[in-house]
Amino acid sequence: MSEQQYAPGTHPDLKPPIGQSGLLFWFRKNLFSSPFNTLLTLTTLYVLYLVIPAATNWAFFDAVFVADSREHCRELGQGACWAFIDNRIEQFTYGFYPVDERWRVVLCFALFVLAMLPILWDKTPARRQMLWFSLAFPFIGYWLLVGGYGLEPVETTRFGGFMLTMVIGITGIACSMPIGIALALGRQSDMPIIRWLSTCFIEFIRGVPLITLLFVASTMLNYFLPPGTTFDLILRVLIMVTLFSSAYIAEVVRGGLQAIPKGQGEAADALGLNYGKSMRFIILPQALKISIPGIVNTFIGLFKDTTLVVIIGLLDPLGIGRASLSDIKWAGLAAEVYIFVAFFFFICCFGMSRYSIYLENKLHTGHKR
Amino acid sequence: MTDATVLTKPSDAFSLTKLWYDKKYRSIILQMIAMALLFGAIFYLAGNAVSNLEKLGKTFGFDFLWAPAGYDINQRLIEYDSRSSHFRAGLVGLLNTILIAVCGIILSTIIGFALGVMRLSPNWLVNRLSYCYIEFVRNVPVLVHILLIHGVIVTTLPRTKDALNFGDNFFLSNRGFFTPKPLAEPLFYVVTATFVAGILFAWYYRRGARIKQEKTGQQSPVFWVTLGAIIGAPIVAFIVTGMPLNWEIPELKGFNFKGGLALKPEFISLWLALSLYTAAFIGEIVRSGIEAVSHGQTEAASALGLPRGRTLNLVVIPQALRVIIPPLNSNYMNITKNSSLAIAIGYMDVVATIGGISLNQTGREMECMIIVLGIYLALSLMISSVMNWYNNRIKLVER
Repeated sequence: MSEQQYAPGTHPDLKPPIGQSGLLFWFRKNLFSSPFNTLLTLTTLYVLYLVIPAATNWAFFDAVFVADSREHCRELGQGACWAFIDNRIEQFTYGFYPVDERWRVVLCFALFVLAMLPILWDKTPARRQMLWFSLAFPFIGYWLLVGGYGLEPVETTRFGGFMLTMVIGITGIACSMPIGIALALGRQSDMPIIRWLSTCFIEFIRGVPLITLLFVASTMLNYFLPPGTTFDLILRVLIMVTLFSSAYIAEVVRGGLQAIPKGQGEAADALGLNYGKSMRFIILPQALKISIPGIVNTFIGLFKDTTLVVIIGLLDPLGIGRASLSDIKWAGLAAEVYIFVAFFFFICCFGMSRYSIYLENKLHTGHKR
Repeated sequence: MTDATVLTKPSDAFSLTKLWYDKKYRSIILQMIAMALLFGAIFYLAGNAVSNLEKLGKTFGFDFLWAPAGYDINQRLIEYDSRSSHFRAGLVGLLNTILIAVCGIILSTIIGFALGVMRLSPNWLVNRLSYCYIEFVRNVPVLVHILLIHGVIVTTLPRTKDALNFGDNFFLSNRGFFTPKPLAEPLFYVVTATFVAGILFAWYYRRGARIKQEKTGQQSPVFWVTLGAIIGAPIVAFIVTGMPLNWEIPELKGFNFKGGLALKPEFISLWLALSLYTAAFIGEIVRSGIEAVSHGQTEAASALGLPRGRTLNLVVIPQALRVIIPPLNSNYMNITKNSSLAIAIGYMDVVATIGGISLNQTGREMECMIIVLGIYLALSLMISSVMNWYNNRIKLVER
């Protein structure tokens, strides 16, 4: 091939002209491309100028980090009174878990991280052996938190704070996935009664707010149990949260199942695979892969919905916050408390959504268009 | 299935193993098991419920709905006092739920569409700002938003005595936002009637204009006629009839404002929180919907010589709406369901009245919860059927 001729100054290896590159060009292209855009940029900058310094001053420069009471805070500075959070951080983390036993919560969390590692990251060393540990973790975790068999028993009514959020969120996520998949398969099933049952269940759960289901759990469920039995409130909440999010998972997975071409299932039949095998090896891997964003969104929703337990009287971080706001020494610090809790949830949920993007990219084995 | 036994081929003959290994038999058996389990569970639970109710000396019935409720509701759309029945309390709550849902849907749609358009803006700053807002807001539980906004309103706004005064008509304090209340005089119905007639006329005119354009290619000034009929005509009627509208201005009397229209802090914080939260989701939906319209469509439209506004109205938006409507539908349902969080800040919606105070006063957990669940199911079905109707209307008609 003969060498291509370029007009002077247009060779692709040449650097772009001065006006077409660099910081100034970027500014002109992205911020000042038209009179309207310039106006927009200037207005936005002005709004940011009004908001950002005030907000940073409130949250950092004028804030008080060490104080004994709200009055003391006000004397020291006009900004946020983080001293209150600092004062109550133990309660925000562990709720009313006995002080001497709190190492168990920490240990449990550390083991949880260890158990999640092989599931979330496929390059973990000795992944197969680690997965056995992940399988055993729910039992170890239960034993550590609740006690018995050599450990001091702790009543679940003393669970609270971020620890309670994590317990409800993680158990809900772990249990709702298999139930959700089963419901989705049930809704797609050839058997009319199974299909009808799954559809009714899913549509009922999706039609009512979680808070009403939690009320059912806290007020009504006792009626349906044999007389004289009582049932741990946290366990009731866990069951409701799990059922609630499994209905949403089922709909997401159904979307994935419907997107798989019919030919895949027919090919599996032609190979002589039975229902279980064709689902396990052919259909579900593909269906679950395309439903990852939806599934993770449902998990994020579930994690956020754990805050609703405060309404039926459990002491999650919001409950702890509200309870301590009624303390006369610290009254009127609503903004600080709720921003702190919001920050915790933001980190967890944003992390989950980033992980889902990573997973999508990793599993994207086909050709990207 | 019975004739399977008379067939001669041995492989088709009925055998016990077939009950599990033949798909037909297996599906029947599985379904029978499922039904048996379901009925067993229902009988077991119902039996427990009956014996529990007996033990507590309670009966099951909805008579309590007609007994006086005996509690007050500070925000109501219809007449209600503490002597009214539980049924009426529930009705007040239901109307409050619908009020917050409708207001929330409207505001969140406006903010959400603005966010979605900002997210697509070529202006880097606006784009990033919208992205940060969306990511931050939707990763924080809606209950935290509600409590935060409520907390900020109650603790930082001035007390009634030093309420912020906007031109002696509007007042903002930690007891709420007070605005003048319109009082219609008898002649005002003329204006209302003109307004309704204007809408009907505009609708009729639009249809005629479309038919005319399809036949002859001539365009009519639809926009200006619509504007004139819906807004202009009522204004003219209003002036002609001598402005039959009075304003009741809120006045500070004692500890609170009297008269005028009051938006309670509970309502404001719930409304703002639900709208701001859901708007973040709607913004993402709008963005992905508009991005789903392929660039070729816009290019084709400009190749045909359509101006930018018409490209948007006739090419991009109709196609984007098809992607946007279904998830928008589920977000509208979410607003309605999330409005039940009102109970956390004391806004009296249906959960707080029937499912809260009435339940505690009468001790009829089961009946109250059944009513509340039924109401939410009905609301969800209603919203989704309206949205499905709209979705079918704008659906791609394939020929």
